[in-house]
Amino acid sequence: MEHYTMNLTLKVWRQKNSSDKGKFETYQVSDISSEMSFLEMFDVLNERLIKEGKEPIAFDHDCREGICGMCSMYINGRPHGPWQANTTCQLHMRAYKDGDTIVVEPWRANAFPVIKDLVVDRRAFDNIVQAGGFISVNTGNAVDANAMPIEKDKADAAFAAAACIGCGACVAACKNSSAMLFLSAKVSHLALLPQGEPERKSRVLKMVQQMDKEGFGACTFTEACEAVCPKEISVTNISRLNKEYLVAGLTEDKG
Amino acid sequence: MLNSKIPAGPLDLKWTDYKGHCKLVNPANKRKLEVIIIGTGLAGASAAASLGELGYKVKAFCFQDSPRRAHSIAAQGGINAAKNYQNDGDSTFRLFYDTIKGGDYRAREANVHRLAEVSASIIDQCVAQGVPFAREYGGLLSNRSFGGTQVQRTFYAAGQTGQQLLIGAYQALERQVALGNVTQYTRHEMLDVVLIRDKDKNGNEIGEPKCRGIIVRNLITGELERHFGHAVLLCSGGYGNVFYLSTNAMGSNVTAAWKAHRKGAYFGNPCYTQIHPTCIPVSGDHQSKLTLMSESLRNDGRIWVPQKQNDNRKPNEIPEEERDYYLERRYRAFGNLVPRDVASRAAKERCDAGYGVGSSKQAVYLDFAAAIVRYGKIECGKLGINNPSAEVIRKHGVDVVKEKYGNLFDMYEKITGENPYEVPMRIYPAVHYTMGGLWVDYELMTTVPGLYALGEANFSDHGANRLGASALMQGLADGYFVIPYTIGNYLADEIATKAISLDDPAFVAAEKAVSDRIEKLMSIKGTQSVESLHKRLGKIMWEKCGMARNEKGLKEAIVEIQQLKKEFWSDVRIPGGINEMNPELDKANRVADFIELGELMCKDALNRSESCGGHFREESQDEDGEAKRDDAHFQYVSAWEFKGESDWQLHKEELNFEVAKPTQRSYK
Repeated sequence: MEHYTMNLTLKVWRQKNSSDKGKFETYQVSDISSEMSFLEMFDVLNERLIKEGKEPIAFDHDCREGICGMCSMYINGRPHGPWQANTTCQLHMRAYKDGDTIVVEPWRANAFPVIKDLVVDRRAFDNIVQAGGFISVNTGNAVDANAMPIEKDKADAAFAAAACIGCGACVAACKNSSAMLFLSAKVSHLALLPQGEPERKSRVLKMVQQMDKEGFGACTFTEACEAVCPKEISVTNISRLNKEYLVAGLTEDKG
Repeated sequence: MLNSKIPAGPLDLKWTDYKGHCKLVNPANKRKLEVIIIGTGLAGASAAASLGELGYKVKAFCFQDSPRRAHSIAAQGGINAAKNYQNDGDSTFRLFYDTIKGGDYRAREANVHRLAEVSASIIDQCVAQGVPFAREYGGLLSNRSFGGTQVQRTFYAAGQTGQQLLIGAYQALERQVALGNVTQYTRHEMLDVVLIRDKDKNGNEIGEPKCRGIIVRNLITGELERHFGHAVLLCSGGYGNVFYLSTNAMGSNVTAAWKAHRKGAYFGNPCYTQIHPTCIPVSGDHQSKLTLMSESLRNDGRIWVPQKQNDNRKPNEIPEEERDYYLERRYRAFGNLVPRDVASRAAKERCDAGYGVGSSKQAVYLDFAAAIVRYGKIECGKLGINNPSAEVIRKHGVDVVKEKYGNLFDMYEKITGENPYEVPMRIYPAVHYTMGGLWVDYELMTTVPGLYALGEANFSDHGANRLGASALMQGLADGYFVIPYTIGNYLADEIATKAISLDDPAFVAAEKAVSDRIEKLMSIKGTQSVESLHKRLGKIMWEKCGMARNEKGLKEAIVEIQQLKKEFWSDVRIPGGINEMNPELDKANRVADFIELGELMCKDALNRSESCGGHFREESQDEDGEAKRDDAHFQYVSAWEFKGESDWQLHKEELNFEVAKPTQRSYK
């Protein structure tokens, strides 16, 4: 891969705290290496801002290898930027060329209030999991792991759903700010496994209820979520969720 | 005097015996006892969930925005367990023995045996929680093999085992939050522990100070908070980021453990660092972190460098006979599958000698060309293709390699922009895990009563080198199956202790000290960024306390780090304010602690003039350049007591091997 450097114009959302109105600031960055990651480009800019006595840009990030789900930049109108099946931290600068302008915003959703600059509050996701995204088994209660064989296809499908990293890109991409892809991934993961059977109905009802309470929008199945999901979680999970919800709503008698 | 509290009796009965005799706390009393847990990775989340289930009042803290983001999430390969589902001769004893040997005879037998005993229950628990491990077509669990063992005992979920295990523990934790047994504090960082002595009837202080709480900083508002607990568990992970560049997450830090250390918890074996051989090499000064490529790649990839020094030809232009497959050459028996420490040193040796590749010359090739041809031929045979052309063989071979390692190859391509199916990958060792940590006894308690350390934060189970797929096992063992028993043995004597007021002078003083330090950091207003100082620390550590260490270098490093510490405290620049979200201040707090830790690591490495596991002292090697252990002088755990700035006292815990008799490791 040929290495090159570039000069870029960045328009970045700056917002002092949750009550500040916020606005875009424009920064010129030069000599950016095509080998840098997108967040390393931000590191370079922040180092410069510190030197100039200005406040660096706050952004969430941690593992920088695409698995923790912490990074959350909305880049030129797309969560996590232009690459497919990718997180912001995995995006590299060879995706850009000299002279490009890049607009960077936080996730935009009522349920994800901005804390500062590009950092948002995603506690709503934890609240949804607390509503039922688990199997109720205390430590020490388990039977032997091989006592219950599980069809490989089902186990693989459960894994594919469980691969969700909870980043919230699906919400950010959705014109309704719906959390249906996130929620359906968790419901699918647990509904596909026999261990999830006892709480199958109550789980889906409670989790959907909590999602609504958190202020996420409704799903109109535009599939924008799947298109930007870094782990390629499929919208077929949403179909499964709808089925689970319908069946549970019609047959659940616990109220 | 260090008391490791190892139960008497035969090795394989110690844990059973302990569980049968340790003190219990009745359910009504559990409700009155509060436990604080720092960190929500595998150790912290599993402990918080399990203690919540038992009925204790738990508070769980993490600096990330959700417990699910702790760095356990990034573990790729798998988790070991002595299930013997493969009928290949595995047993609790063999897992114990492999772990002791892999750790180069520098771990405590009793702890490691307990780890092997509870390993099977971990898999049961995880499956019950819905962790989607890989399965065979018959529906039963699949296993694979990992470095340093001859059985298949590793359970896995594609290349995302850590993620799936952590989500299992996270869900169990969230369930306890919903039930009101655990209160969760995200974006909170622990900045000190609070020690308070018991009082007698007349209000006189008695006994040793016990850990009774913490001071934390709310990372959104900057406010300091006081929290009381009858006991505090540090599950805050390892300290690999002292090297600046490592495979750890950007936020991984030593701060919680270091604060505990400064308050009296001894630090065990700080110099034991694991440098993982297969990581993507550094590409430039801007680099912020390194990315690991799973050890499983060494099953099929061949590692080589050119036979000629400073060979600038492209890899595909270097003919077979001019390549040096140095691992296969040096280690005939194990070849490319030698343990991590051995593979890392061999790569460094070649690069230092001028045979490195790539623009930095700090890399070696990991080549799948032979594997592609081998698999391609097998596939063509299966498909009945006679006399296939090289092109056809390659096509089928690439398909097989894609199936096995596709996600890793994609990750490599995203980072480097090179297609590893076409050109060999460039790899180089990187800091990955720290075996050292807070010294703990058999009950996982540090030298401070009521203060525990679990998972990577403690020193206990991996000796001087950790085997692959054992970190996840240890984190979950400590959290699910060890601490629920051992903490009861302590808390049973605390049932009469009422919650201590947050206005207690000890809380006030601890908060003030934290606040003073923050004020001091902010008031320096110097010229150098936290990041630039951290980078310099990392450079010193990597060059002088990295893969190979010697007396001269370590002595220099200590002086350089002391100098850096002065510079940090007189010239660091931290923008922003105190009472707001301020990531630069968070970093400064952490880097200040890393600097102090770095000095201790060098001191420990200097003291241990033998080579063992990941700790290689150049003075202690045999004629072939292999690590030479010195059991006569160093068969002990180094436990360092903090006495004052740059001042520590060494305590030794002798290691006794009653069952696994030490031998020199050989992989030839």
